[in-house]
Amino acid sequence: MLSKAGWLKVAVFLACLIPLAQLAWKGFDGRLGANPIEVVTHSTGIWTLIFLLITLSITPLRKMFGQPWLINFRRMIGLFAFFYGSLHLLTYVWLDKFFDWTDITKDVYKRPFITAGFTAFVLMVPLAATSTKRWIQRLGGRRWNLLHKLVYVSALAGVVHFYWLVKKDVTEPLIYGSVLAALLSYRVGVWAWKKSESGKRVPRSAGEDTAANGSSVQVTADAD
Amino acid sequence: MLIRKPQDIPSSEITDRKLYLNRRKFMVGAAALGAAAVVGRATWDLGSPEMLVNAAAKLQASKRTDHAGGEKQTPLQDITNYNNFYEFGTDKYSPAGLAKEFRTRPWTVSVEGLVKRAKTYDIDAVLKMAPLEERVYRLRCVEGWSMVIPWLGFPLSDFLRQVEPSPGAKFVEFTTLYDPKQMPGQRSSVLEWPYIEGLRLDEAMHPLTLLTVGLYGEVLPNQNGAPLRLVVPWKYGFKSIKSVVKIRLVDRQPATTWNKSAPTEYGFYSNVNPNVDHPRWSQAKERRIGEFFKRKTLMFNGYAEQVGNLYSGMDLRKDF
Repeated sequence: MLSKAGWLKVAVFLACLIPLAQLAWKGFDGRLGANPIEVVTHSTGIWTLIFLLITLSITPLRKMFGQPWLINFRRMIGLFAFFYGSLHLLTYVWLDKFFDWTDITKDVYKRPFITAGFTAFVLMVPLAATSTKRWIQRLGGRRWNLLHKLVYVSALAGVVHFYWLVKKDVTEPLIYGSVLAALLSYRVGVWAWKKSESGKRVPRSAGEDTAANGSSVQVTADAD
Repeated sequence: MLIRKPQDIPSSEITDRKLYLNRRKFMVGAAALGAAAVVGRATWDLGSPEMLVNAAAKLQASKRTDHAGGEKQTPLQDITNYNNFYEFGTDKYSPAGLAKEFRTRPWTVSVEGLVKRAKTYDIDAVLKMAPLEERVYRLRCVEGWSMVIPWLGFPLSDFLRQVEPSPGAKFVEFTTLYDPKQMPGQRSSVLEWPYIEGLRLDEAMHPLTLLTVGLYGEVLPNQNGAPLRLVVPWKYGFKSIKSVVKIRLVDRQPATTWNKSAPTEYGFYSNVNPNVDHPRWSQAKERRIGEFFKRKTLMFNGYAEQVGNLYSGMDLRKDF
């Protein structure tokens, strides 16, 4: 039998699959409108961003509201961001370009919004690959944290990708942009606060974030 | 004026007379069945006012011509639910809903500027200015998708001849209705309102340029630019201005909405051109609505033979 926490994980896992299930269901039912491929591309892209932003909001939420258990979901949601990002890339490579690699290479190089989107995806690859406990152990919490700071760049590139691709109405990308800005300013705020605190008191050798280093490896390594 | 067709029909494509006659018989049968279905449906739907409006909105075409090389026509469902009409929202799925209550009567079109007969025409008078014909055209959106649409209208040249442009007129400027109460999209400043488009006078007089009042045999659905729009099939869709209330003849190139909003991305001409990319995306291919694979985009959207001469000597990279 699964524990209560285990069940919750299963529930969150299934919830993360809802956007995909909905797309598949609508597609099967012919309800994706006049341009289904465009809908699939747009939708997988949006969900990549949403999952990235949820991943990035876990630390602020758990610290501000004292909910440490939230950390148990960060990896899964982060991996879902990667999953939807992969689907998004696949729709582009397959349904938009039909595996025309020369054309794709040209796009990545020539079209800024593709460059940004591609960057956002590529930066997620090492994060997904090192998302296991073993990798945290292997790299050590500190280096792992440092590597996983790439998620900020990835999310930023993702928002820029969205902003650059819309024809005129930038409302939607700006909404995602401001959520990201809020999440990033939280980090900057914490960092500035810590810095000023450590200036007042005796400097510590390691910050709170690297407490997970060494023998007591936890999945709570902070990279967000 | 005659419109040159790309090629004559090869004899292999001409239907055998016997088959043709059989087909006639079949068509008569089908028409009878169809009529029965329509009557049946009309009775069934008597309670629904929408259907009655539609029933009254049939338009007669004096002739029909296919200018899309026999390519399959896009289903009405898609034509009416996937629209770029920023006056009713920037999302292509929103105009169908948001334009439902749009009032297209009373409606007038004012003709101004360098014309002999500057005056305000009632839409119903405009409808009678020339016999309506059905024209099947490709429509290529600047975003990279396309449709094939059976429009109903008459050449803009028929209209312009009747209002008699003065010798000084070089361009035609068109304006869409400005009514934020009815057009919720105009409450946002995403574009400069009212929407303005323009053509060079020779483009406006070209026989392919259609003043359009209907599609698929019926009055234009609101979301498709009712009651009166332009269709310029060799240009990107946004040049084909919708819900026109003003036509002004001028001596200078008009400042057009998309061009003002992003001059490096949307030129005044905006002829469909697979060789000149949008700065942010390629225009070499397009997705025909309803098709899985992408198609190659054709020069001037496949109307090069008819309109190419309008641009001879011009650098289409510069004058995109």
